[in-house]
Amino acid sequence: MSVLQILWFILIGVLFSGFFFLDGFDYGVGMAVETLAHDEKEKSQVIATIGPVWDGNEVWLITAGGAMFASFPYWYASLFSGYYLILLLILVGLIIRGVSFEFRKESAPRHKRFWDVALALGSFIAPFFLGVMFISMIKGMPIDAHGNMSAQFFDYFNWFSVVGGIALTLLTYLHGLNYISLKTVGPIHDRARNYANALYWVLYVGEVIFALLLLFQTDFIKVHPFLTLLCLVLIVGFSVAAHVSSFKGREGYAFTFSGLTLISLVALIFCGLFPRVMISSISSKYDLFIQSASSSNYTLVVMTIATVILVPCVLAYTIWTYWIFRKRIEMPAIGEGY
Amino acid sequence: MNIVSLARFQFAMTTIFHFFFVPFSIGTVFVVAIMESIYVHTGNADYKKMAKFWGNVFLLSFAVGVVTGLIQEFQFGMNWSDYSRFMGDIFGAPLAFEALLSFFIESTFIGLWMFTWKKVGKKLHLFFVWMVVFGTLTSALWILTANSFMQHPVGFKVEGGRAVMVNFGALLANQQLMYEYSHVVIGALLTGSLIFAGLTAFQLLKKREISEADKRIYHKSMRLSLWLVLLFACLNIFAGDLQMRYLIKEQPMKFAATEAVMKTTGDKAPWTVVGYVDPKTHELKGNIDIPDVLSILSYHKTTGSVKGMAELNQEFKKKFGTKIDGQKMDYYVPVNTLFWSFRLMCGFGALAALVALVGLIMTRKGKESLYQHRWCLWVIGLMTFSPFIMNTAGWLITELGRDPWTVYGQYIIAQSVSPNVSVASLLTSNIVYFCLFTFLAIVLIALVVRFLRNDPEEFAAKDEVQKKTMDPFAKGAF
Ligand code: HDD
Ligand code: HEM
Ligand code: HEM
Repeated sequence: MSVLQILWFILIGVLFSGFFFLDGFDYGVGMAVETLAHDEKEKSQVIATIGPVWDGNEVWLITAGGAMFASFPYWYASLFSGYYLILLLILVGLIIRGVSFEFRKESAPRHKRFWDVALALGSFIAPFFLGVMFISMIKGMPIDAHGNMSAQFFDYFNWFSVVGGIALTLLTYLHGLNYISLKTVGPIHDRARNYANALYWVLYVGEVIFALLLLFQTDFIKVHPFLTLLCLVLIVGFSVAAHVSSFKGREGYAFTFSGLTLISLVALIFCGLFPRVMISSISSKYDLFIQSASSSNYTLVVMTIATVILVPCVLAYTIWTYWIFRKRIEMPAIGEGY
Repeated sequence: MNIVSLARFQFAMTTIFHFFFVPFSIGTVFVVAIMESIYVHTGNADYKKMAKFWGNVFLLSFAVGVVTGLIQEFQFGMNWSDYSRFMGDIFGAPLAFEALLSFFIESTFIGLWMFTWKKVGKKLHLFFVWMVVFGTLTSALWILTANSFMQHPVGFKVEGGRAVMVNFGALLANQQLMYEYSHVVIGALLTGSLIFAGLTAFQLLKKREISEADKRIYHKSMRLSLWLVLLFACLNIFAGDLQMRYLIKEQPMKFAATEAVMKTTGDKAPWTVVGYVDPKTHELKGNIDIPDVLSILSYHKTTGSVKGMAELNQEFKKKFGTKIDGQKMDYYVPVNTLFWSFRLMCGFGALAALVALVGLIMTRKGKESLYQHRWCLWVIGLMTFSPFIMNTAGWLITELGRDPWTVYGQYIIAQSVSPNVSVASLLTSNIVYFCLFTFLAIVLIALVVRFLRNDPEEFAAKDEVQKKTMDPFAKGAF
């Protein structure tokens, strides 16, 4: 394993972290449109909080996928062809959600409702099935000597992966609620906070079940005992921190901590996988390793140069965008755009 | 039905659908940026209203462009996993650059542009829209780098059963890329201009009261769009010609198919205007020929013979073998599709140039007769649909003409598919995409039609509602 290969394994993790941190609250906000907002005006207010930024956030997923294709083509090929129908569902979710922002704005009032539901449904499908995918992946899937996966229904959907999916959905929902309370004033702001305060108790239960299942269903604790425990502690610790901040009305901190919870979850997955990228449940001989799944050294060098130059620029103008849109959204959220 | 044909059908369906919106977005945002530039430079508020109004049409197309692009990216792993293993080392890099460089810029600056008409200064706002243009144009560059490699592989070696990049510069310096990029991008700009000209015509055709101010804005849109149509249509005939003559050397089979040359011609090659090739006997039927013209088109001189498909097939069998991976090989490409696509593409391209020229003459200052003749407006209106035909036809030529290769001369289609994906899965996804696309297309058209009930003047007024906001950090959030 070369330094570059390890670097790219970490970078893929970083890209997925960026994705879950940023698009995570988009999904939460999307779900909140149907579950938190009471009427059309409130819905518009909620959607206005992510109106200008959601597409940029989704590009983190596209970048993570593209970077995986470029740096670990064998991982990309096995993962994407193996999770065919789950990815199809995720795509459908992302599609109906992606068009709903623009379509809702242009629709006749009686059709708006349809796109609200599409937005909420798509925002639920994506994190849930992404959770199912990643969690079943770390448990191990039937992968053969050529890296091809031929899995059955219960390989995809079992207790562990479903709990994982629910936990991830809940995490993004809470992240979205924290974001809403940070970005709004009025009744919706208070309601988002109350919801979050109550829901964190449910999350704790989910986290404990998830941690227990992880200890028994994966080999993470055997392979990397220290890192696994550390990540688990961080996940719970950040959740508690977010809960306390939300309770005290420190919304900025609550939002930051719920984002860090999501990042710790990604860290847990990537630490546990190392030095593998996919785990075969047939035989550990067939595991896919960083070393053999990666691109040539030359490609990795080219990619590294581009990333080192471009990612800081991306971060700079992304932060600048959030700065421009730093104001809270008030109740009659009419005006430009959505 | 086998997985290869289902996966191919899916690729064709999803890319063609994606490529309805891609040139729509690239082209319209470019024209909108020009409108806004005129506004900023001259201070003429008409152009601001124009940019806002037509900008909204662009946003609708962009929304569908984005979500269909997602499918494209996932598709390589889902349906073409063996291809991804073979090509990942080369293909992934441009795709990742596209995301890092172009998609981030596009999506971020579109957000900024949409929501900051009143928040930031005029110049900065103009900068936003040009950044979006930059994003779309570079996005096309990266993805076409990947596609050009598949048409004409360079800067690589095959090692351990996969293609390995040895020279990234060579990928970008690929001649195929130069021709393909200019042709596709000019085509996209033509698409945007034609759509705006056509939609303006439809706006004027509707039987209803239009205020003088709106009429003035529509007339300005029409002039501007027609000028751009004329420019880009002429440029693209030029670019297409360059590309065509490059094909003669690099992909002679594709070239022969676009002109339905079955048997190698004599020194003075006749040009087949129309005709039909019998797929079994490979014989050209019902053809009308014009002597010498093919030599002129191909070599820009009166002599020069063109190789026919039959001879090329024999040549390729010698060069690449009669069997690859246990598959019997035959190097004929679907000639009728290519032949007729080519005629549609060039025909509509030339028609667009002609319509623009006549339209411009009929809208001269002081002699604006175009608006008095409803049928003239109808002609321009109907041209709205032609770029979709041209673009699709062009890609059919490019991609079907590459048959049987996915990577020209290196890797065939039958090797490329995911071996572990079942027919049932592929069939499901095909049906799901088909239903979804039909639905999205219908909704999009309905929404554009609905939006076009507005006129620029009142739309701008509606947009003037101010939004009250509050600083998030005032309340001690941190
Ligand atoms: C010539 C140009 C061109 C071509 C051949 C393609 N695309 Fe595309 N694509 C664009 C030009 C473009 C664009 C103009 O940049 C789009 C259209 C609307 C948009 O948002 O960006 C876009 C959007 C777009 C998106 C969403 C970006 C976002 O969220 O902002 C993805 C993931 C892809 N494309 C991926 C692909 C793939 C994998 C292709 C190969 C089959 C492909 N595109 C062909
Ligand atoms: C970088 C861009 C592109 C890449 C990498 C690419 C790659 C491919 C691949 C792998 C296939 C399947 C193999 C085959 O059946 O020939 C294919 C087929 C096809 N592509 Fe592309 N393509 C690209 C862009 C496009 C675009 C923009 C279009 C236009 C809409 C297009 C139209 C088609 C069509 C129509 C087919 C079907 C051919 C068939 O029926 O077999 N492609 N392309
Ligand atoms: C009017 C004269 C035109 C000529 C002579 C011409 C010629 C060609 C040729 C020879 C190809 C095949 C190139 C290849 O396979 O590599 C091609 C492809 C293509 N054409 Fe055209 N074309 C014309 C107009 C247009 C117009 C007006 C559009 C769109 C608005 C268009 C869109 C395309 C596209 C999208 C492709 C596929 C991409 C590519 O390979 O570059 N063409 N054209």
